Amino acid sequence: MQLTVDARGIHKHFGALHVLKGVDLAVAERELVFVIGPSGSGKSTLLRCLNRLEEPSSGRVVVDGIDMLDPRTDINHARQRIGMVFQSFNLYPHMTALGNVTLALRKVAGKSRAQAEALGLAALDRVGLADRAGHTPGQLSGGQQQRVAIARAIALEPRVMLFDEPTSALDPELVGSVLEVMRSLRESGMTMIVVSHEMGFARNAADRVVFMDEGAIVEQGPPAAIFESPTHERTRTFVGQIQRH
Amino acid sequence: MSFTETFFNGRVMLKYLPDILSGVVVTIELALLIIVTGIAAGLALALLRSLGVRPLNWLIIFIVDLFRSLPPLVIIVLIYFGLPSVNLSPSGFVSTWLSLAFVLMAFSEEIFWAGITSVARGQWEAARSTGLSFGQTLMSVVLPQAFRLTIPPLTNRTIAITKGTALGTVVAVTEILGQASSAVSNSYNPSPLMMGAAAYLVLFLPVVVAGRWIETRFAWKR
Repeated sequence: MQLTVDARGIHKHFGALHVLKGVDLAVAERELVFVIGPSGSGKSTLLRCLNRLEEPSSGRVVVDGIDMLDPRTDINHARQRIGMVFQSFNLYPHMTALGNVTLALRKVAGKSRAQAEALGLAALDRVGLADRAGHTPGQLSGGQQQRVAIARAIALEPRVMLFDEPTSALDPELVGSVLEVMRSLRESGMTMIVVSHEMGFARNAADRVVFMDEGAIVEQGPPAAIFESPTHERTRTFVGQIQRH
Repeated sequence: MSFTETFFNGRVMLKYLPDILSGVVVTIELALLIIVTGIAAGLALALLRSLGVRPLNWLIIFIVDLFRSLPPLVIIVLIYFGLPSVNLSPSGFVSTWLSLAFVLMAFSEEIFWAGITSVARGQWEAARSTGLSFGQTLMSVVLPQAFRLTIPPLTNRTIAITKGTALGTVVAVTEILGQASSAVSNSYNPSPLMMGAAAYLVLFLPVVVAGRWIETRFAWKR
């Protein structure tokens, strides 16, 4: 089985705080892995260690065959292969939707303006927002902004997509449209790691659910196993709490 | 003598108009030099500071705080009367230019720096996660947002500091105020001073208006 993400023994310290305590995470090609856990359990930090937005204190991260922590690795080149979607969208407010999507295509992937715009429009079309290409983020709803952010990432044709609580900042009625886009990405065979508490989505779409607590992976398995019959007490408590809502 | 004859004496004004106009030219030259070099140097320092090299940042902060605390007049006098002792003799014009450019550099560095740091961390992260380098992120994502925030304080500061060209009188720069006050002593009439005031209005009012215009232009649609 081809591994797209292979992270081993990841430790992360923030000063005296030991946020990740030797986490291993291997994700196969076309796999969708859900990471759940209480806030402060290190899920987001783990995700951010994978594309080195956060520098792991120790460990090894290989993404699509590239050693991310090797000082000789061109990190900017490597990051193109790893799409990331943030809780707060982080669209560039001074640019249109199309401008947001084409910036890295032009500056990093070296496409001409015309090529970048064609690819950018195709990416916006995939998230159902081709008709909003000329709108600035301020003129879009939260759900639309998050879909533009997804388009910005997939336009670079990444080998893996990282989602950091992509629906947590959205009004409930806007969550569906974002999950719909994620589902279609999933169907197109994208490898995805999703930090989220959208249990319904996890149940339907995830291949594997990873439960983290206090900087370590407590338990992992198919969604049914984790949600219906968790073996650890901590998993049981957490799953019970989020399913009550 | 009537009020008009004293303050708006036609004969005196006509006589000294050429002097005032030549003062206007000197003020414009001085102002443009100060604005261009001061803001460029301030931006350069802010960009250097964003690299996050500690000792370099301490140096930048020291320089900036120094020039923000000293009164511009003191700096002019120090450069004009102090530098000859190390065998450099800048003219009054050059002394005034350098002094005010340093002051504008210091204030604009702080304004640019505040603008850069006010751009949310998530903007950096989003851009870097798509593979943009530090420099590309700074130029394409952070600075355009920072500039929008810096325009109002930068315009105010620039106007305040550029008006300081009048301090050049002290070191014999023949700018507007210098010309006006020597005309006042020669004619025993304050009318040239009124002309000087008018000249400053004509010069700086458009700058204030232009500042407002740029401000509205840089505001993006919400």
